[in-house]
Formats: sequence, C-alpha cells, structure tokens
Amino acid sequence: MNQASPLLQMQQVSIASKKMPSRLLVNRVSFSIDAGKTTCVVGESGSGKSLTALSVMGLLSKQLQLTSGKIVFNDGQSGAQDLTKLDEASLRKIRGAKIAMIFQEPMTSLNPVLTVGYQIGESLTTHLGIKGDKLKVKIASLLEMVGIPPSRANSYPDELSGGQRQRVMIAMSIACEPCLLIADEPTTALDVTVQAQILKLLDELKTRMNMGMLFITHDFGVVADIADYVVVMFRGEIVESGTKQQVLNHPQHPYTKALLACVPDAEGKKPLKPIDYAWLPENQRTQQVANEISEATV
Amino acid sequence: MTDAILVANHLVKTYTQRSGKFGFGTTLVKALDDVSISLTTGKTLAVVGESGSGKSTLARCLLQLQPLDSGEVLFSGQDLAKLDSATLRSVRKNLQMVFQDPFASLNPRMRVGEIVGEGLLIHGLGSSAVQQQKVIAMLKRVGLTEADMQKYPHEFSGGQRQRVGIARALVLRPKVVVCDEPVSALDVSIQAQILLLLKELQAEMALSYLFISHDLRVVRHIADDIVVMHHGKVVEHGSVEEIYQRPQHEYTRNLLAAIPGKKAVNA
Repeated sequence: MNQASPLLQMQQVSIASKKMPSRLLVNRVSFSIDAGKTTCVVGESGSGKSLTALSVMGLLSKQLQLTSGKIVFNDGQSGAQDLTKLDEASLRKIRGAKIAMIFQEPMTSLNPVLTVGYQIGESLTTHLGIKGDKLKVKIASLLEMVGIPPSRANSYPDELSGGQRQRVMIAMSIACEPCLLIADEPTTALDVTVQAQILKLLDELKTRMNMGMLFITHDFGVVADIADYVVVMFRGEIVESGTKQQVLNHPQHPYTKALLACVPDAEGKKPLKPIDYAWLPENQRTQQVANEISEATV
Repeated sequence: MTDAILVANHLVKTYTQRSGKFGFGTTLVKALDDVSISLTTGKTLAVVGESGSGKSTLARCLLQLQPLDSGEVLFSGQDLAKLDSATLRSVRKNLQMVFQDPFASLNPRMRVGEIVGEGLLIHGLGSSAVQQQKVIAMLKRVGLTEADMQKYPHEFSGGQRQRVGIARALVLRPKVVVCDEPVSALDVSIQAQILLLLKELQAEMALSYLFISHDLRVVRHIADDIVVMHHGKVVEHGSVEEIYQRPQHEYTRNLLAAIPGKKAVNA
C-alpha cells in the first residue's frame, strides 16, 4: 500500500441542518486515518462525534447535509475516491465491504427476528456472493474469532448477553474484512470487564487485519488503552489533535485539559473536579465583569 | 452495632426464569444469595459488580420495593419486612432512592416542581406554602432555579435531570439514600459535578449513602466502604483502601484490572 496517502482523509468537513444551513453542527473538521492505526474522536455529547462518523458512511439523516468538505477514501486498490461525490449504488458497495461500522447500542441495533448467524452472513452474501455450506463455515469461523461458540449461530439476539451481542456486531462488521472500521462508542453500554475484553479483541483484529479504526468515545480511559491518534472535539470543532502521548500527557488546549482533569482516577490521588469552562471567551467576559464589580464594591 | 443505620441480614431473593424449548421449563436464578451488609451512619457504602450480579435487586429489596424470599432488613433497629403498609410508608420518607436513568425515571407529564414536591404532598408535610418553599430551597441547593419549577423534564439536560432526581429524593430529608448508578448515564464531564454535589449534600444533611455502581473509578472517589458482588453473593467487603490496595478475591482483582486507562498511568 502506498504509505504516502492515508486510508481516509477528512478534509474541512462541515455538516449542518437543512433548515438552518448557517448553523454548523460539525465545523470544518479535518483529520486522517492510517491503515493499522486507531484514531480516537473524544468529546462530550453534542460535540459532533457521531455525526462525523455517520458522514463517512454516508448515513447522515435526511434533515442534515454535508455543506462542504471532502472525505477521501483510499483502499489502495481503486485509488482515491471522494465519498461525498459517490452515488448511492457505489456507496452501497463500499459500506459493509470496505468500510464497516459498529453501532453504539448492541441491544437495539441487531434485528430481533433474525438469527445472529443470518445477520452475520447477510453482508457476505451481498458483497462477496458466498452461499450455502461455505457461508456456514465462514460464519462459524467469524463467531469463533470474536469468542462466541459457533453453535450460537442459530440463536436470536435476545438469547445473548450484552457483551455477546456486541461481539456479534463486531463479527458482522469484520465479516468482509473491511480496511476501515468505524466504532461509535462500542463499549459504553457494557460492563468494565466485558469492555476490557472487547477493547482487546478490537485491538487484536486491527493488528491482524491491518485495519484502520475510527473509534468514538467520551472515556479517556478507553482512549489511553487503544488509541494511536486522538482528536478532541468541542461544539462541532476540533480543538486539539495529535498522538496519544501528546494529547494525554501534554494537552495544549484548555478544553482538553479540563476534560482530562475531570476524569476520575482509580488511585484516588486526584481530587474530583467539575469541568472547567472558564477559558471560554464568553465566560472570560463574565469573569471580567464579575471582577470589575467586586473591585468597584471594594 | 450502634452506629449502623441500615443492616441487612441473610437476604435471599430468587427469580424464576423460563427456559428450555418454548419456555416450558423453569430455572431458578438466585439474584441474592445470603447477602448481609451494614451501612454506617453518615458513611457511603458502595456496592460494585457486573450487570446481573444482583446489585439493583439488593437496592430494591432494601427499600422493600420488591418482596424478599427470606432475610431481614433493619432500619434503626426496625425490621422493615414486618411493618404493615401504613407504617412502612411513613418510614419510607427516611429511605429514598436516586435512580439510574434520568431520562426514564422522571414523569414526562409532570412539572419539575410537582415531581420534587410529590413526596411532601404524599407525606402531608406542612402547608402548601411551606411545601413550595421547601421545593424551591431544594432546587436551589442542587443548582437549579425557582423558574425551573414550571418546566418539564424534557427541557433539561441529563446532568440537570439527575439534579432534579436528587432534589426529589432529598426534599424529604431522608436518612438513607440509595443511589443506583446515579452517574453512569452521564458524560464524564458531568459525572464529577454530580458526585461533588452528592458529597456536599451528604456532609450538610448527614446522609448515609448506599451507592451502586460498576465503575470503580467513580467508587474510589465517593465510597468509604465497598461490597463486591458476583452472581448474587458478596465475595468481598472492606474499606476503600483495603479493596483497592489489597484485593483478596480473584473477582475483585479482575474488576480492578479491567479499569480502562491503565496503560496511560504506566506510560
């Protein structure tokens, strides 16, 4: 693969609601993802993390639109393509086959009336045309890869635990060996022990299949465990990005510092601190006014 | 023990679960298997464990929201299971709960003022003017305003809704508050605010907390004592320092090892 060009490049991507095109929900976001590396997007709810992920897949809701920017995807075979320019049919060929997604809630994103084996096999049949016994063997090996006994292929989602369902989601997403995996808070709904297993599994798969991974989370603990690069988003904009070491150990932006400071640590050494927004320009102004008032009264 | 406000002895609770083909068979699930805990006055006891370990069942059984199969729950020496419903109701104002999901646990058709004031109304505490004042004072204490009384829950963010949930529980001036994963549905940035609020209120109102959580990072900051549950059993209990520094049981060690962010700490 050509090392010079990254797997995915987001270039100045902006997203806005169709009704209010002037109000940008995601504002000129640029970052890139390399094959075999994990880029973590961190931020609070409402910061535009999920919208960014959905825009890569072309899955934005109809009320929203991409107002500007390019999403350049280069899998090394068909050359660089701008995903925003592709029609629905060509996008469908890429989704699931080359770019796959793991959704946030394993409880609601599986179809309850289909067996998990069928749901895993669906994309294999659609994209690669695998059928019959060959498909069964492939499904069994995928289930084994994510640590579920292959006999569970005939189970329905409600017969599996939360962690198992998330593993099924992972098996589905890696079925066609995509070169890019997008994971939108894949462990938020899970227990810590299960979370640790899933993170380990994703990390192994990433290395084994040389996948690029776009990982969305609000938990800095998770970031520390799996990220290579970190992108911090705040109110639709990227406030800071860099390698994991840079961002976690030497944060530059006040928001990153504030966010890191309010993560509770397991050692209990760090005092608990609410998030600090004093650095925001609008708060600095009110702070100034408050200072002036207090000075005036003194 | 004199300083224990809430003591539970040998609690047992089993659920029957349908199993086998077409659900014709039944299996017994032991949600609580001989669980004994004791909550010291003015302290925080954290109950940790995975989902399905029986944490939430324990909380519900302690407050008599679910009948127990056997065992006793002593609140200031009174066995709650033996009380008749009228007495139980009057004792309940001392036992309140903050629920997990601030999006689901507030009635969407009631105004925040009504939600917070409902307990006062039910227990007939004071005239309506006094009740109104208590509600306003409580809302202000948790960081909301008087104007918020007229609003509906959907007009608030997750953190604000959890503040409403806390105000609702505390307006009755309870002695024991059961917090069932009060921050796990919130953003990391909001969690610390709510935890600090809970700590401040504990000091002000001399509250005793039973704090249920699966996040050991959160528990470290709020608990005095910890009970670790696994498959309906208490596998380990002790003070925060003991559990974090010298975990005895293998399951506790697994839980501690699973805390994300270990790599950054080592780096």
